[in-house]
Amino acid sequence: MDRNGNTYTFIYAAILVIIVAAVLSAVAMSLKPFQKRNFEIEKKQNILASVNITSTSKNAEEIYAQKIVKSYVVDIHGNQIEGDAFNISLKKEHAKKAENRSLPVFECETSKGTKYILPLRGAGLWGPIWGYISLDSDMNTIYGATFDHQSETPGLGAEIATKMFQAPFKGKKIFDESGKLVSIVVAKTNETAPAEHRVDAISGGTITSKGLQKMLFDDLSTYKEFLIKKKS
Amino acid sequence: MSERDPLFSKKNLKLISDPINNSNPITVQVLGICSALAVTAQLKPAVVMSLSVIAVLALANVIISLLRNTIPNRIRIIVQLVIIAALVILVDQILKAFVYDVSKELSVFVGLIITNCILMGRIEAFALGNKPWQSFLDGIGNGAGYGAILIIIAFFRELLGSGSVYGFKIVPDSWYITNGGFYSNNGMMILPPMALITVGIIIWVQRSRNSKLIED
Repeated sequence: MDRNGNTYTFIYAAILVIIVAAVLSAVAMSLKPFQKRNFEIEKKQNILASVNITSTSKNAEEIYAQKIVKSYVVDIHGNQIEGDAFNISLKKEHAKKAENRSLPVFECETSKGTKYILPLRGAGLWGPIWGYISLDSDMNTIYGATFDHQSETPGLGAEIATKMFQAPFKGKKIFDESGKLVSIVVAKTNETAPAEHRVDAISGGTITSKGLQKMLFDDLSTYKEFLIKKKS
Repeated sequence: MSERDPLFSKKNLKLISDPINNSNPITVQVLGICSALAVTAQLKPAVVMSLSVIAVLALANVIISLLRNTIPNRIRIIVQLVIIAALVILVDQILKAFVYDVSKELSVFVGLIITNCILMGRIEAFALGNKPWQSFLDGIGNGAGYGAILIIIAFFRELLGSGSVYGFKIVPDSWYITNGGFYSNNGMMILPPMALITVGIIIWVQRSRNSKLIED
């Protein structure tokens, strides 16, 4: 057959692509369980990081089983509903309207009392950002926070994943004195906000910083009823 | 090359040794610099990256060489890309499954192996016109040449920038200024510019020792 003819070229391309596709799907399918386990371990590490427990990929599952004593799902009215908190995909939940979402809550037993861990998800500059925030049992003071991102700019927006950015969240308050949810302002120097409700934004990472602020406010708003109920 | 060449004839071994020194892809051909800067802040990702490139390059060379008499000339670049891309995805999936931490650290750079000029360069220049075994050796050689430079750079950057080698602390804690000592890590070393300067120094040392590379 003529190696430069159109028919040959088309058939060749088609067969090649089919073979490659089959091989890739087969491999992806067979490796899926291993990858899923890695993702779960990473999620557990992140949840633990939000209560200031550092873990490695080796001991994360063990510490998680020890420390995270309870996990459950609530709705926007703060009522407990059915569901498996750990396996809820925030991405899917966020596609729904706020009143239909299942909101996972994790409870962690530490030497300083029970901490409540809430997952967050929002938009950065280039792609999704997410994180976990943990609250003291007054449901107001932040005990710890951890954030991560998919594709923020290294050195700028990507700094939200560093300790330097996350550490100042500790001790901040999300409700003001009148009981209004103000969340946390991720502020640049020219913005004023009470010290207990603000952390410094990242210079050069304004859009990511603002996205993070919006993520905190939006997601904490959905938990508002739950927090108020739990506090009283 | 005749069919009766022994597997490890002088000519064949030269296919491996040449790219490690005389025609090194990074220091002599100046290909694949981008990833050499990006993944060399520590040794571990550099080693994994080197192994990944060796694997992808050797396999891609063999596959293309096996197919070389069937590939339609007009779509040969696309065919090469499909093969490389498929292999890179395989490597990425395997890393994700078995060394997840490293795969997170390498992040986009594994995907960028596809655009590493060394791969297309070797396939176009070598595998399309040579037998599978020679192509395999050429792939191993060029991958190793690339990896050797990566590992040298990463060794110095991790040692001087983080005071460790392959994650093990080399500089004693008591030396650090924060602990009352006299030493502090050079933060510049973990930034990409120092990688470029390290490549420059390697090229300098190599050229001053290798008479074949000295230009008039």
